[in-house]
Amino acid sequence: MTQEEITQSVLQALTDVAPEADLATFRTDLNLRDQLDIDSMDSLNFLIAVHELLHVDIPEADWARLFTIDELVEYLGGRIAA
Amino acid sequence: MADFVMPSLGADMSAGTLAAWLKQPGETVKRGEIIAVVHTDKADVEVEVFTSGIVERMLVEPGTEVPVGTPLAVIREEDAAPAPAAPAPAPAPAPAPPAPAAAPAPSAPAAPVVPVEHHLLISPSARQLAHELGIEAEGVQGTGPGGRIQRRDVEAAAAAREAPPQAAPPAPPAVVTPPAAAAPPAAAPPAAPLSPAAAPPAAPLSPAAERNAAMRRAIAASMSRSKREIPHFYLGQTIDMSRSLAWLGQENLRRPVTERVLHGVLMVKAVALALREVPELNAVWAGDELVRRDDINVGVAISLRGGGLVAPAIHHTDELTLEELMHAFRDLVSRARAGSLRSSEMSEPTITVTSIGERGVESIFGVIFPPQVAIVGFGTLVERPWISEGQILPCPVVNASLSADHRVTDGHRASQFLAAVDRLLQEPEEL
Amino acid sequence: MSTVKLTYREAVRAALRHALATDERVFLMGEDVGGYGGAFAVSLGLLDEFGPDRVRNAPLSESGFVGAGIGAALGGMRPIVEVMTINFSLLALDQVVNNAATLRYMSGGQLSVPLVVRMATGGGRQMAAQHEHSLEAWYAHIPGIKALAPATVGDARGMLLAALQEPDPVFIFEHALLYPLEDEIDEEPCAVDIAHAAVRREGSDVTLVTYGGSLGKCLAAAATLAEEHGLAAEVVDLRTLRPLDTETILASLAKTHRMVIVDEGWKTGGLAGEISAQMMEQGFDLLDWPVQRVCGVEVPMPYAKHLEEAALPSAERVVAAVTEMAF
Repeated sequence: MTQEEITQSVLQALTDVAPEADLATFRTDLNLRDQLDIDSMDSLNFLIAVHELLHVDIPEADWARLFTIDELVEYLGGRIAA
Repeated sequence: MADFVMPSLGADMSAGTLAAWLKQPGETVKRGEIIAVVHTDKADVEVEVFTSGIVERMLVEPGTEVPVGTPLAVIREEDAAPAPAAPAPAPAPAPAPPAPAAAPAPSAPAAPVVPVEHHLLISPSARQLAHELGIEAEGVQGTGPGGRIQRRDVEAAAAAREAPPQAAPPAPPAVVTPPAAAAPPAAAPPAAPLSPAAAPPAAPLSPAAERNAAMRRAIAASMSRSKREIPHFYLGQTIDMSRSLAWLGQENLRRPVTERVLHGVLMVKAVALALREVPELNAVWAGDELVRRDDINVGVAISLRGGGLVAPAIHHTDELTLEELMHAFRDLVSRARAGSLRSSEMSEPTITVTSIGERGVESIFGVIFPPQVAIVGFGTLVERPWISEGQILPCPVVNASLSADHRVTDGHRASQFLAAVDRLLQEPEEL
Repeated sequence: MSTVKLTYREAVRAALRHALATDERVFLMGEDVGGYGGAFAVSLGLLDEFGPDRVRNAPLSESGFVGAGIGAALGGMRPIVEVMTINFSLLALDQVVNNAATLRYMSGGQLSVPLVVRMATGGGRQMAAQHEHSLEAWYAHIPGIKALAPATVGDARGMLLAALQEPDPVFIFEHALLYPLEDEIDEEPCAVDIAHAAVRREGSDVTLVTYGGSLGKCLAAAATLAEEHGLAAEVVDLRTLRPLDTETILASLAKTHRMVIVDEGWKTGGLAGEISAQMMEQGFDLLDWPVQRVCGVEVPMPYAKHLEEAALPSAERVVAAVTEMAF
């Protein structure tokens, strides 16, 4: 998958969890939780949605260190076969 | 014969609007089955019937607001004889003359708007638009025939959502600045005011904003009553979460991502088990006496996207496994946010747990939801220096608080409760 | 290109003349088309110009002369059969359905019937119950043929020329009240596209779908809706009734999300019902309101003028149907 495709999937998962997210103003390089009202349940649902869309199992330890969409996409890029 | 009456779905609910019947006269109902949807200020709630039998007749039309306790339908219980037919339309003695074979009159059959049971009345295009815009269709006020939601109603809801939010932020129960460690509860610090009451908006509100405003009013009434009537006192405990989190980390590694358990679930379970040791906190204050409850139904405070708060109950919290609890919690959150909670969930929590979440502050001292007698608050999980065997080490801790009703309990029993919660969280594998 | 002002009647005549002049296989056959010039004066002067072999009077037997037309087409001619009105065409339905429409299929492709049949249709002339039918829906129901409904002067001329190029039977329905309609069109006759509907007026609040004699009523209704109700109606002229240009209709529904179909035929089992079903099947998520139909009232056409008016679609009924949709 290309980086754009991964980004699209990730953003799709994000809007499933936080439907009010305005993708026009949302910054993929800034902290996700700073921009959206996401609690621990939403965070887990987001992780599950990413897992379902991209079939990558992200361990909790790694997930806790990913703060922006860009970081997440880069991490996923390394885990998904091209 | 039994009456199905307008239930009380909250301590300060005085009236409700019957939104829809989900059973029809002649249908059999079993105790516990959902029979109707009732619209309150806070939510649209599915209501169960508490009698088994056959629905005899409806007494109230959908759309009517009636006081709590008003009979809404008559249920004929299983072994009862059928009601004598009310003035039955007996065939008139004089036979009506047969209609002459009239020339077929051009008749345009009236287009009936039939709200099929439990289906939201919404045009396909509006449903599609709601999905595209991320609007919850159930919350939109419909202006079409029979209240059907049209595109323009969804557009209006979207516009209202974009409008600057009404004054109050989605605050959980008022946060009181924590007393300095070991300060006696008597020196209750002045309660921080809830967000200041908004000046009544000048422009007419959209349907979505109306609902929000109504919910805020309901919460305001409830919280004010709580503070007026309940002598709150507060206890706090900082709990070492290192064992819980380590155990949970290991557990979650073993589980598929869809089965992972949140640490909040551990805390709710600990609260439920601690209540077995201090059962007078699992009770309700009914006017002038404490009524203990056998079941431990922990209410969890859930903030709604876009504002508002509900605190529905997880039934038999102490008997559920962590998986079951996580599942129930997830189900409640999604249904709360979709506006489809059941009445028993709304009216039966025996204690509430509120958590400030991941990005909040260290402690929260909640306001008790009447008629409950206590509320447990958990602050954000933080890393703090901790003394362990003479050494200062970083440690994940959470600040747990108990706000309790001084009419029913005292500092001694309350502190036993919090101590039990702490102790239980040190042995997560037993939860 | 230079233009010419023609009535609908003259436009059909111009197409006939052009076809007779340019293709020797073409001939016109029908009741009173010769010396009389046609029941609606469409073929006036053509007998003089082209002679009795090319402009042939037919006996009072629709089944007979439609059958003869089928035979001529089978034999390599390009007949244009004029059935005086759709009312009389009922007598030829067996020829239409069981021969014209099916010979290609029954012969495994060996036979083709390049027959064009023109007929006047519709009501509003106080010709009463037996002479004012709008049964286009029955033709649109038949696989194996095409059904056209020219509603403009340009289509009246161009569709006939296009029909003559089709290898299979084409039925053209000319609403009798349109014959005196006047318009300015290109001088040069040529065939027009018969595969697509046309948006005659653009709008965004509601789509009015119609054909033939009801087009004018829809355009009038659209004007009223704009002036008095602030609603912008889009008017779609079907032009071809079989095969339907569902794509154009759907594209309009996608814009407006609301639709009224105006069809002079009776509502039950009519063309409006077919279009409505297709909109539900293919445009379900586009619909903000159930598709509405304004059709001929379900009675045999009355003779009395005021009753006849009440039985037909009108601009007023269309406006009412739109405004009832609670905008």
